[in-house]
Amino acid sequence: MADEPLLRVEHLTTVFNLPGGTVPVVDDVSFEIRAGETLGLVGESGSGKSVTALSIMRLVQPPGRVAGGRLLFKGRDLSALDERAMREVRGADIALIFQEPMTALNPVFTIGDQIAETLLVHGRATRAEAAATAVELLDAVRIPDAASRVRDYPHQLSGGMRQRVLIAMALACRPALVIADEPTTALDVTIQAEILDLLRDMKARFHVSLLLITHDLGVIAETVDRVAVMYAGRIVETGPVRPVLRNPNHPYTRGLLASIPGGAPGQRLNAIEGSVPRLGALPSGCAFGPRCPDRFDACTTAPPPDYPTGVDHAAKCYLYNPHSAFRIPHSDASR
Amino acid sequence: MPLVDVSHLVKHFVRDAGLFRAGTRVAAVDDVSFSIDEGETFGLVGESGSGKTTTGRCMLRLVEPTSGEVRFRGENLLGFSPGRMREARRQMQIVFQDPYSSLNPRMRARVIVEEPLVIHKLGERAARRERVAELFQLVGLDPAHLERFPHEFSGGQRQRIGLARALALNPSFLILDEPVSALDVSVQAQVVNLLMDLQERLKLTYLFIAHDLRLVEHICSRIAVMYLGKIVELGPAAAIFASPQHPYTRALLSAIPLPDPDAPRHRLVLDPASVNRAAALKEVSTGHWAAI
Repeated sequence: MADEPLLRVEHLTTVFNLPGGTVPVVDDVSFEIRAGETLGLVGESGSGKSVTALSIMRLVQPPGRVAGGRLLFKGRDLSALDERAMREVRGADIALIFQEPMTALNPVFTIGDQIAETLLVHGRATRAEAAATAVELLDAVRIPDAASRVRDYPHQLSGGMRQRVLIAMALACRPALVIADEPTTALDVTIQAEILDLLRDMKARFHVSLLLITHDLGVIAETVDRVAVMYAGRIVETGPVRPVLRNPNHPYTRGLLASIPGGAPGQRLNAIEGSVPRLGALPSGCAFGPRCPDRFDACTTAPPPDYPTGVDHAAKCYLYNPHSAFRIPHSDASR
Repeated sequence: MPLVDVSHLVKHFVRDAGLFRAGTRVAAVDDVSFSIDEGETFGLVGESGSGKTTTGRCMLRLVEPTSGEVRFRGENLLGFSPGRMREARRQMQIVFQDPYSSLNPRMRARVIVEEPLVIHKLGERAARRERVAELFQLVGLDPAHLERFPHEFSGGQRQRIGLARALALNPSFLILDEPVSALDVSVQAQVVNLLMDLQERLKLTYLFIAHDLRLVEHICSRIAVMYLGKIVELGPAAAIFASPQHPYTRALLSAIPLPDPDAPRHRLVLDPASVNRAAALKEVSTGHWAAI
């Protein structure tokens, strides 16, 4: 593994220009994806995880716009590229898989044509080669009888099969990075399991890195190497998946894990109080502060910076400020 | 006597004939029988297209069943006249999945919750207003927000409005159709806790329709697993989760992603050919039935 990460996102800030003012949706987000790894970006709706993906692809539409930060892909700053150069990157170097397999495919073209199009647009193949590659890719994503299915239209396929087609399209140009935004959320649990297995296999087979965006900590536990937890536009905790899920540091991560049913049947669940703050109405200081069971004076002063809490593990929480007189109330918290 | 008794419920949807195609009948619900005891939470689980939502709707006759019986306190609802059915619905209400589309965006929260009282001509205006404020408090909403419109509430609060509306007529039986699946993870637990509290306080009986098996295991006493319109397994939740008998149930349980990176994973893939569609439910242990 090279020292330089495949993608380094530095201080990414994406804002929406709304009538009431400019609202940060992604607020000073930094993370990196190393070659060959799967990073999970987990958060609730409105946490900014999808906008982070669109920002990396430079696909944010008005009223949104990227207001700051750098996107270093293989050492090159994507935010400095013009639209034409960026178009070369999309699909060829970084591919995006959307959540809704129903709307991401064009209903009037066969799935074979849509996969071939990706190759033709990037000048990777002749028509005949592209058609042959489409069949190979469909076979690779385990669509039975690929040679005839290649002539099917999207409506002839089930949701799970359509998601396989999208994965095949994403892999067509052999990108180095695939961003999958909630790739299994619209699917049934048994189909979800098959698609997650497929993503894992494809990652190994095509040597791609994966940014997996999801709200489901179960999917995270099964699929990723490292995880970044987003809340209200900020990454509040990052670390390798095992310590983050087994020994969560940020009170939000702890609350999310605790609220999942799994304890004694019939018991009340450990709910997080309150609701996700509205865009543009973030509390001062830590955005999770008003809902946090561990809040104290420092939490309202300013948004907390990253404090290291373990190997490769950090949390934006004043509980881990080494200079604070306040002691961590949770004996199980790792440092 | 069970509170609700569904027997041999069938619902066929007819797909119209096209120019080159004969009309076809699809059995969305195919000979489904189960009963729910007073005070219990009965879970109906299955994937999309399994017929669980149609079964729930048939029980309230929101969708007219093709055949079968739905007995509520011993009386078969399917023989009721429209007027009698309207009366019966005071006892049985439904909460829908999506709190974004199930509330009329042009109506204030107070009007939404009050509407069932107006339809059933219950109480004077002042008494109704008092009842609405009481319902708001019951579901954990601030009565100061009565005059707000749905878009001014969060998803969790909207689902509470749907619940207040369903409770307005003091029903004894609620059908909860995926009541928390559209909500944020951190808010789901609040609504689940509220449902459990309300059940205790108001002695409610629930039919809980869901695809989230972790949640179903947590709150249901008994469950039925539906697959392609049929119940393939039925019994105490603890027994089914501990020892699933039907191949579909086994595949379904093995596919649940657990938020534990060290959990053992033994994924079972269902081979549709291994399912004997004609098998009848038989009792494998006390109260635990499987179509194997």
